[in-house]
Amino acid sequence: MTAALGLLGLLGFVGILELVPRIGLVDPRFLPPFSEMVAALGGEVGTPEFWAALGSTVRGWAIGLAIAVAAGVVLGMVIGSIPLLRAATTSTIEFLRPIPSVALIPLAVLLYGPSPQSTLLLVVYASFWQVLVQVLYGVQDVDPVARETARSYRFSAWTQVRRVTWPTTLPYVMTGFRLAAAVALILEITGELVIGSPGLGKQIAVAQSSGAVDTMYALVIVTGVFGVLVNLVARMLERRSLHWHPSVRGEVPR
Amino acid sequence: MSVGSVARRTMLTVGLPVVLVTAWWFATANSTNFFWPPLREILEAFADTWFSNRIMADVVPSLVRLLVGYVLALVLGIGLGVAIGSSRTLRGVVEPVLEFFRAIPPPVLVPILILFAGIGNEMKVLVIVSGCLWPVLLNTVEGVRGLDEVLRDTARCYGLGRRSQLTHLVLRGASPQIAVGARQALSIGIILMVISEMFAASNGVGFTIIQFQRTFAIPEMWSGIILLGLIGITLAFLFRLVESRALAWYRGLRMTQRGEG
Repeated sequence: MTAALGLLGLLGFVGILELVPRIGLVDPRFLPPFSEMVAALGGEVGTPEFWAALGSTVRGWAIGLAIAVAAGVVLGMVIGSIPLLRAATTSTIEFLRPIPSVALIPLAVLLYGPSPQSTLLLVVYASFWQVLVQVLYGVQDVDPVARETARSYRFSAWTQVRRVTWPTTLPYVMTGFRLAAAVALILEITGELVIGSPGLGKQIAVAQSSGAVDTMYALVIVTGVFGVLVNLVARMLERRSLHWHPSVRGEVPR
Repeated sequence: MSVGSVARRTMLTVGLPVVLVTAWWFATANSTNFFWPPLREILEAFADTWFSNRIMADVVPSLVRLLVGYVLALVLGIGLGVAIGSSRTLRGVVEPVLEFFRAIPPPVLVPILILFAGIGNEMKVLVIVSGCLWPVLLNTVEGVRGLDEVLRDTARCYGLGRRSQLTHLVLRGASPQIAVGARQALSIGIILMVISEMFAASNGVGFTIIQFQRTFAIPEMWSGIILLGLIGITLAFLFRLVESRALAWYRGLRMTQRGEG
């Protein structure tokens, strides 16, 4: 039932996109009919440039996200497990986190020019905080009784991390991962659009400045579809890795 | 609290930032590297650049556009969100489309909206609205959907009018979730404010910083980066202040629930 309604909504939306420029409500030079966007997309898919751009975007996103998640998890576990370190870094983290990553664009351009590295810098900076903050919450959430028990039984530090801290933190890590995956995509596209590093964002800017409006819309649709896939995969990974966790187990109908 | 513990707390709070800034100051003190000018020069440039007429010419227009766009997005998002969240059928129909719009990285809207609205103030406000709208809208839908059924029925039994149901039950109940969306929207809004000015503009913070970078005015560029950081921090702080006042009842509720459970 929901699927049918959703399909209806999507079809309706596509219909509106097709009709509005055709009956002249919007200038077709600004918003071409949906069929023309699809035709432009068909043309794009045949070119090697499109696949190269898509590849650059996916690669930059994946590398940036991987670095951010690895750094965020390791640093978060270390900082979170040592109370003194945590107390000493709280103000600094609170201060650095809200700094908008786009503020780094000029610096990135100066250091690396319009290369993938400058976009990578933005992606890593923006998504790192999402992960770090979630991991810190997670480590803080460890049940004191479980921790004391582990200590009483003289678990080694590594076993404590593996058996006590990590299982509690994992749901937070996955939340951080999901948020970071979306943020990383936003910054990847932003970097390509503004800095001009290779990728879909750059192709969109090129299409816009050369007046290829239908191609521009086609590429925007591609980034949207990629965004939807990112969200879906992140949610699936979350469920997979937390299949034992009550929050996920509870959703399965009995 | 003893003097010792206050001193310790203060040490822990300001210790690391002071160490970092000092390290920056001394590491670059005699720097001749073009890209990493001494911090002293950056701070001088900060005072010269931003405490002049630029505040009125660049900073204020940027912030006004952000504020207008953000408020419009909040009003639209909450209004539409309540409508969509209250109807199961409507939700089913529009949800996939909304998911798609949320997944589009907001900066790609800049080149599209330039087509419609040129490169003036309207475009920038539109960009901010169309980027900030989705987190607010989807979180409002989520919040309205998650309202306690018992509360809903109770309100109906007591014969609350539509208007008071809306203000006391629906908006109140959904407000913690709306706040989550509003916080996400704020950081997206700041990004879009800067991007739209970097892409095409004749004034604004983002425009000025890119201009400094292109003319290799490095200390000024650094001062701009610091300014953007300060704007981000200040807005995040203001948001937290408003949120903690508006949601004080919710935190109290959560604490009592946890205490009992």
